[in-house]
Amino acid sequence: MTRGNISVLLFILALFAFGLWVLFPLDSERLGRHGLVLGLDLKGGTHLVYEADLSQKDPSQSDDDAMEGVLGKIERRVNAYGVTEPIIQRQGHNRILVQLPGVKNVDEAIKLIGQTAQLDFREMELDATGRLVFDEEGKPKWTAVAKATGSDGVEKELTGKYLKPNAKVVLNPQTNEPEVAFEWTEEGAVLFEKITERNLHKPLGIYLDGEPISWPTVQAVIKERGVITGLSIEEAKRLAIQLNSGALDVPLKIIQEQRVDATLGADSLKKSLIAGIVGAILVVLFMIAYYRLSGVLASCALVIYVVLLLTVFKLLPVTMTLPGIAAFIVSIGMAVDANVLIFERMKEELRAGRTLTAAVETGFNRAWPAIRDSNITTFIACFILYWFGGTFGAFMVRGFALVLFIGVALSMFSAIVVTRSFLRPVVRVIAIPGAYGV
Amino acid sequence: MDVVGKRFWFFLISALVIIPGIISLAVYGLNWGVEFSSGTTMTLRCDTEVSQEQFRQAMIDLGYREAVIQRTEEGDFFVRIRELSLDERETLLSGLKDKLGADVTLRDAYLVSPILAAETARNAAIAVLIAAIFMMLYIAWAFRHMPKPLRWGTVAVIALAHDVLVVLGIFSILGWAAGVQVDSLFITGILTVVGYSINNIVVVFDRIRENVSRGISKDFEVTVNSSILETMGRCLNTSLTTLFAIVALLLLGGITLRYFVLVLFIGVVAGTYDSICVAGQLLVVWDKGEWGRFLGLMRPVKRTA
Repeated sequence: MTRGNISVLLFILALFAFGLWVLFPLDSERLGRHGLVLGLDLKGGTHLVYEADLSQKDPSQSDDDAMEGVLGKIERRVNAYGVTEPIIQRQGHNRILVQLPGVKNVDEAIKLIGQTAQLDFREMELDATGRLVFDEEGKPKWTAVAKATGSDGVEKELTGKYLKPNAKVVLNPQTNEPEVAFEWTEEGAVLFEKITERNLHKPLGIYLDGEPISWPTVQAVIKERGVITGLSIEEAKRLAIQLNSGALDVPLKIIQEQRVDATLGADSLKKSLIAGIVGAILVVLFMIAYYRLSGVLASCALVIYVVLLLTVFKLLPVTMTLPGIAAFIVSIGMAVDANVLIFERMKEELRAGRTLTAAVETGFNRAWPAIRDSNITTFIACFILYWFGGTFGAFMVRGFALVLFIGVALSMFSAIVVTRSFLRPVVRVIAIPGAYGV
Repeated sequence: MDVVGKRFWFFLISALVIIPGIISLAVYGLNWGVEFSSGTTMTLRCDTEVSQEQFRQAMIDLGYREAVIQRTEEGDFFVRIRELSLDERETLLSGLKDKLGADVTLRDAYLVSPILAAETARNAAIAVLIAAIFMMLYIAWAFRHMPKPLRWGTVAVIALAHDVLVVLGIFSILGWAAGVQVDSLFITGILTVVGYSINNIVVVFDRIRENVSRGISKDFEVTVNSSILETMGRCLNTSLTTLFAIVALLLLGGITLRYFVLVLFIGVVAGTYDSICVAGQLLVVWDKGEWGRFLGLMRPVKRTA
């Protein structure tokens, strides 16, 4: 055994040990990574894609500003709701991805995030006796959105944007009903004072996204603060969070929702583990039955391949999803391809009457151009798919390309470096061609 | 064994699969799953024993006559339905609880607007086309010492298209004949088939390149034939190990994954057939200028001396 080969073997062993250290125990924290990153389909949670209607943005705002504004507000809402490790990302031009792991009351969360939450006040239509007029749906009719002249002499609508971000839910001590207590900013107070003055002893409608919440009668001229009544406790909590984070700059629409229960996720994870092990065992059995001793070595190389691949997945990190695991299992079958190429060449060389040692080297050298060209072709496809996926917002394509690239690169390493350095010493010890499947 | 001499028989077999597939694609298209057409899927679990008939009846009573209901291995109900709003879904769930007298929990739900999914499919298709052009150029470069290197790249891409068309065509036929649907995993499956297929083709081409350089025969047809025979063991073995891994995926269960396994299975079989019976043979066809024979497929042609 040459000195060079010994150092390669030691390097492989060290790399393998490093991989095991990174991976085990499974929930360990290594190099700043805690466990394998599991997708929502494996750990349970909700995946939402919202599309923003940019045609309804404030014309003075750029598209990017409007999207950034929405993103920041969604983030505040999700954080206030108390979701751990949410993912909130802009995707493409006008889409927002929100991932909420393990949220119990998802419907509530969805309403909280996606609602524009534009609060305004409206002056109501009154009949001759001063009572509210209701439409067929039982909603009170209104005449105008309440406006007043601000401190700078400009007439403004009084909306949620003049609120201080400290609205909170309180229980009314008399009625025990939940209320949202809010405070106006300085400018808001100026407007509110004028509006309440004008509407004294008249009902004033409180509207959220154009829907009436309540229409209390103004009892006195109010400046700084107020309460909103007529809500359930959930609605009050939601409204308080939304008022504090601010109304969304543009309305959002859900275009994709995927929700997976946590137990189902755990179930899928267990099943994919079993499928992976069964797949690997089938491949190993076939390789050993067909290529004998070479097959045993290739199986060792396969184990190293799997460990290194998972190590890279943990360290990058690559999020493991059900389709990702499926592709990973298929890659176990394909990873032995380079080995198969080499062994077939070796067998040809042995049949041609070469010695085992010579057959190993010639086998590898002859198989190399095929391995090189086929894998480089695959790499090219990976680069194009990755670049394209990033440019055109096809994120699934991009994730696939990344995983395929890592898998092919590592399978090449496992065949060319690992299998070869195992074979070299072994052919010296066991020098019967029959042991190599001829 | 003469696999190149029988090339037009092999092409005929491919045509018998691909042409009906293309016709089916043109007439029926693909049977797009809920991820591509608008709709909702849900997996619901009842805490007491509920038969599929009871469940279906409850859905009909609630006004969802068109819902597609499947029972999963775990006894959950997989429901495919039109696009439901949040409120509609809540009403449906509480309605089911009343009708069935059981606690019904939502295990998973999937809703998508058709625009997003169609866009993903279109983007993936464009990405594959661009990737094919670059793969063609690389193969042409890798075979630059061969006469007419661009041919090798072109034939590789034609062979690649062959495999993809086989999968798409069979899925289109199965779509209307057996209700097999195309879901979001389908794209992942097709991309995997592309990667697998190009690998196989390059391995065969590499052996032809080597044998041409060694000058094992003056006749290109003979060279290609022995190259294919020499790589056949490898092609079959790699396909077998890959098929083992694919079959193991069935253990993962799940209705959607079953179709993914089918895509890969068809893709791997097509890719193996292609590398043994089509790709190298197309090089021979081009070398001999036999393209005209595709028009009169069965007509024997005078061999040039």
